[in-house]
Amino acid sequence: MQAHENVKKWFKAARVEDFPKNGGACVKYRDKQIAVFNFTRRGEWFACQNMCPHKKEMALARGMIGESKGEPKVACPFHKKAFSLCSGENINGEEEPVTTYPVKVEDGYVYIGLTTD
Amino acid sequence: MKISDRKEIVVVGNGMVGYKFCEKLVAKQGNEAFNITVFGEEPRPAYDRVQLSSYFAGADEDDLQMAPEEWYEEKGIALYTGELAVDLDRKHKTVTSQKGRTVTYDTLILATGSSAFVPPIDGVDKDGVFVYRTIEDLEAITKYAAGASKAAVIGGGLLGLEAAKSAMDLGLKTSVIEFAPRLMPRQLDEIGAGALKTALEGLDLEILLNKNTTLIGGNGTPEYLDFADGGHLEADMVIISAGIRPRDELAKKAGLEVGERGGIIVDDQLQTSDSDIYAIGESALHRGMIYGLVAPGYEMADVVVENLTGGEEKFTEFDMSTKLKLVGVDVASFGDAFGESEENSKKVIIDNKAKGVYKRINVSDDGDRLLGGMLVGDADDYNMLLQIAQNGFSLPPDPVDLIIGDRDEESGGGQKVYEFPDNSIICSCESVTKGEICDVIEEEGKEDIDSIKSCTNAGTGCSGCVPMLDDLLTQSMEARGREVRKVICEHFDYTRQELFDIIKVKEIHTFDELLDEVGQGDGCEKCKPAVASLLASAFNEHVLEERDTIQDTNDRFLANIQRGGTYSVIPRVPGGEITPDKLITIGELAKKYGLYTKITGGQRINMMGARVDQLPDIWEDLIEAGFESGHAYGKALRTVKSCVGSTWCRYGLHESVSFAIRIEERYRGLRAPHKLKGGVSGCVRECAEAQAKDFGIIATEEGWNLFVCGNGGTNPQHAKLLATDLDEETLIKYLDRFLMFYIKTAEHLNRTSTWLNKMEGGLGYLKKVVVEDSLGIGEELEIEMQQLINVYSCEWKEVVNNPELRERFTHFVNSDDVDPSVKFKDYREQPVPAPAGWKEKG
Repeated sequence: MQAHENVKKWFKAARVEDFPKNGGACVKYRDKQIAVFNFTRRGEWFACQNMCPHKKEMALARGMIGESKGEPKVACPFHKKAFSLCSGENINGEEEPVTTYPVKVEDGYVYIGLTTD
Repeated sequence: MKISDRKEIVVVGNGMVGYKFCEKLVAKQGNEAFNITVFGEEPRPAYDRVQLSSYFAGADEDDLQMAPEEWYEEKGIALYTGELAVDLDRKHKTVTSQKGRTVTYDTLILATGSSAFVPPIDGVDKDGVFVYRTIEDLEAITKYAAGASKAAVIGGGLLGLEAAKSAMDLGLKTSVIEFAPRLMPRQLDEIGAGALKTALEGLDLEILLNKNTTLIGGNGTPEYLDFADGGHLEADMVIISAGIRPRDELAKKAGLEVGERGGIIVDDQLQTSDSDIYAIGESALHRGMIYGLVAPGYEMADVVVENLTGGEEKFTEFDMSTKLKLVGVDVASFGDAFGESEENSKKVIIDNKAKGVYKRINVSDDGDRLLGGMLVGDADDYNMLLQIAQNGFSLPPDPVDLIIGDRDEESGGGQKVYEFPDNSIICSCESVTKGEICDVIEEEGKEDIDSIKSCTNAGTGCSGCVPMLDDLLTQSMEARGREVRKVICEHFDYTRQELFDIIKVKEIHTFDELLDEVGQGDGCEKCKPAVASLLASAFNEHVLEERDTIQDTNDRFLANIQRGGTYSVIPRVPGGEITPDKLITIGELAKKYGLYTKITGGQRINMMGARVDQLPDIWEDLIEAGFESGHAYGKALRTVKSCVGSTWCRYGLHESVSFAIRIEERYRGLRAPHKLKGGVSGCVRECAEAQAKDFGIIATEEGWNLFVCGNGGTNPQHAKLLATDLDEETLIKYLDRFLMFYIKTAEHLNRTSTWLNKMEGGLGYLKKVVVEDSLGIGEELEIEMQQLINVYSCEWKEVVNNPELRERFTHFVNSDDVDPSVKFKDYREQPVPAPAGWKEKG
């Protein structure tokens, strides 16, 4: 996950309760589709691009989240390509990494950190 | 290290072997000691030519790529694609491309590969005559085939048959023309080639032998072929696959020694006549031999890498053993296939014409050693035979036992992989020995297949050895007195069966509870759907209540995700019987929502292309019209297919449709370790194909026969007869027991066939449990099944009527917009997903 200090803009995405528990949902920011994941069990949030680099499907938000040896990940629903939500790396293959975004929660709202305006 | 100390390595040729050389070199040495420059003539980086045919089967270019361009960049390799090396100046040690780029080398690797050999047939220059070699060739063939109807493939070797398969896949009537009196003359003997020919003809591929093509006739494009024997064949497309010619022109021009019939001459170090220049792959002529397979090419790359990095290795003869699927027919040859290496070798042959299987092995005169052999139609024994031949294992008293197949299920007799010598090769693609794999398991403690794969590279090539890796792991654990437990993943140290018991005994209803109680961590994509399936099988509660995010995407949205991210909708049509009014409803709905419709293999109708936000609306309409969920998205009962039965059919013995409907309605919504399919046929003609289902019911004069554990799919398996001449009530009792026993004891994602194959005692044991109730659990199983049946309700109906659940069916959480990337194009008057980058006309 990218460091918060690089964030130029915090985009107010939606209310916490709009996101499923221990799951993901897709946020629209201008032309971008960003997958946001609510790791309720560990009280953490992560975000990455919605497009899976494998078959370019807009699908990661519908993927299953989980963890391997503590590292949070999401598995694409199409072919189970799994990506680390910290580094964005493809864990079980050689796909391109996904872009990850910082997330913060304030006053019941989920914000996504963007490094460009 | 100073830059100037780096050695300049130039690789000419970016095919599979040229790529492999780079991969092995950087893996061995990093990119510190060398500067690597690569020239490739083709416009794209190296791709997997062996899998070319899969390009027709829908794989795209990216799937075939060995490594993306970024890989070369990352490894500091300068890659120039679309640049043919045209000049080699050995005096100044430079290579120049056709674009005029000149680079200097310390060491030059020629991996120039081969080109297709085109015999000088009259008319060979016509449009519509192709070779089968590159992606560009395939693209041209695909384009041309759209306007053609009949293809002729000249050449009946391995590549020719591959090309024929591709032509058939393009919908063309196809003939293969071979000059020799038999197919694959280099790999198969006469009977073997005959068995292959019969099998291929059975698949509607015409095979013409002893044919010397003299003319490709036609006006501008091919229309017919003439043969030397006066024969004649109509064909409007021709693919030539008559062999390969090494690409040695650059070497020849530079004065390197080449063979009389082509090929750059190399020694055992793979050095050419210039010691700074190596040749590898199909362009190298080693001891008078050109190796036209990829495995020896990889081995050559390895030898050169070793030698360049201070090692000493030699390329000697290479084992050309190979196992292939040609147009769907298994063909393998291994070791000394023709029994020519020793005097008085004895051949042992099974020529089973009824099954289309031919097996031949050659054993030494004293009957002690296996020299080699060939297999057609059934190559399951290949790995075992290859190991026995390579390692010189002693043979059973009657060697025919090696190829006779498993008449007696699980009778054993074969040698265990774990007992192989340490130096026996298990993975021949990556040359990994049994010893290396056992070290990883026993010394490094890697006790799952994925870790073994990533530590040793075994099983990462053709993956044919993965079953052996699995056996090796199991046997190694057993040998060390370790319990072999098929635990689900790192989050639960339990088998599926144990978790099922825990869930039932402790009455656990959510994933988090189970994780808190007996697991660790947060779960993953392996354990979540497995537990979701267990919870459903245990209580049959709604799959979205409190557990939507542990379902696989199909179960999470109660529909099957398709290319482009839309979903398909399949309502239940029990037994395949549907009223005209319901048919009209489906038609009207498909029109209303712009959906594509197709009849499924399970006698239902699939409506495809629904956006996630449309799903609840579509289902509201369907439920209104009296439909319910078909569970096509779940590891659950799908359909019970039926023939028309005695109501209509003049042969029918009983009413198969009514029985199928009764069975389908009984088990609808039943979730299991994998999908479940059933079939009911009204007589032995078996029009419902019930013997290809998890449970199949076939009418007899006296009642019904019950078959179980069949399936289609990747490894088709016929269902086996469990009980005969049953009345409906008894049959349902047995079916209850059978299904519940399966649900309780199978591993996650094992179909009933796999479950039975693994069951100790096999069908005999299953019969005892289900029919004779040997475990005394029959009644318990029936009661558990009845409980699941009692709480069934249509899960889509619940969603439609529950605003909170319904709200989750949106693409964006912060906008009502639909996914802008979803696009359709018209295709045979229906909408289908448009490929990326597709633009609407006008």
